[in-house]
Amino acid sequence: MSDSTCLSEAPTDAVLDERDRAIVLATQSGLPLVSDPWAAVGEQVGMSAEEVRRRMARMQELGVIRRIAAVPNHYRLGYVANGMTVWDVDDTHIDRLGREVARLPGVSHCYRRPRHLPEWPYNLFAMLHGRSREEVERQAEELAALLGDACRSHRILYSSRILKKTGLRLAKRHAETDRSAEKT
Amino acid sequence: MPRLAHQLDALDRRLIDGYQRDLPVCERPYAAMAETLGLAESELLERLQRLQHLGVLSRVGPVFDHAKAGASLLAAVAVPEDEREAYAELINLAPGVNHNYAREHDYNLWFVMTAPDEQQLERRLDHLEETLGRPLLRLPMLEGFHIDLGFPIPWDELEDA
Repeated sequence: MSDSTCLSEAPTDAVLDERDRAIVLATQSGLPLVSDPWAAVGEQVGMSAEEVRRRMARMQELGVIRRIAAVPNHYRLGYVANGMTVWDVDDTHIDRLGREVARLPGVSHCYRRPRHLPEWPYNLFAMLHGRSREEVERQAEELAALLGDACRSHRILYSSRILKKTGLRLAKRHAETDRSAEKT
Repeated sequence: MPRLAHQLDALDRRLIDGYQRDLPVCERPYAAMAETLGLAESELLERLQRLQHLGVLSRVGPVFDHAKAGASLLAAVAVPEDEREAYAELINLAPGVNHNYAREHDYNLWFVMTAPDEQQLERRLDHLEETLGRPLLRLPMLEGFHIDLGFPIPWDELEDA
């Protein structure tokens, strides 16, 4: 089970230099599946394997890299329903409730975001994944029960289409030449 | 309907379950993975290639924290449903956009804008807003309670599906 983390929006001092950025750009769509991936990345960015590895390890320590992983495509595994649920939750309880929501099975992301009244009253976002909309709705009911009276209203926004999905695309500073975004 | 779970053997599943986090940043990461799974490195690499080819794995690599690697923000825009594709294309062309989903709501396009820093993020959003001619709903993350650590896949349930 994933642990629930609580990160505040502290301004980050995790400054990346140009060489770090080059590594981010070269690895955000995945590492090469070869015996020495660091050397392969190094070749692309003009660094030694050792430097790539050292910088990757540092970015991981700083939390710039959350994890290095085999990232499954949940859709292909049968999780075809993806519901972004949004909740209008009492501000005085949102920190506690947000952490509890994050622990529910099926929740992959849980964030607090600002309201924009009157058109957008929702301040808690929880991404739900299920094999059908019925399953997502059951998960949402569980979530509603947990929030109880602290929640005034909610919505489920299903994705009807993925129009673009990539890893992080860290924009280049000077030349916007990075147009190789793959579409899923 | 994707029912690829059926095509995956026990080792594939261990591989996917075991490496949603913590691929080692050692000299030969795949060799280390292979050893844990009792495989030769070449077998492991072939397996990863096959899983990537099947689309079961989107990629093997780092998952970045947008907020720490630079600046990012979730944004939404309401556009006429019959012009959605054209607007989506404009959004996808804008520098810094990564995810873009159509969702069933008045706000029917949802995307993540990224930039090297907050100022450039702001500029990009202002510029895109102008291009689209429609107001963007800007929803920065104020707090993350649970951030994309991967989640366990209930293989048995997928079999039944």
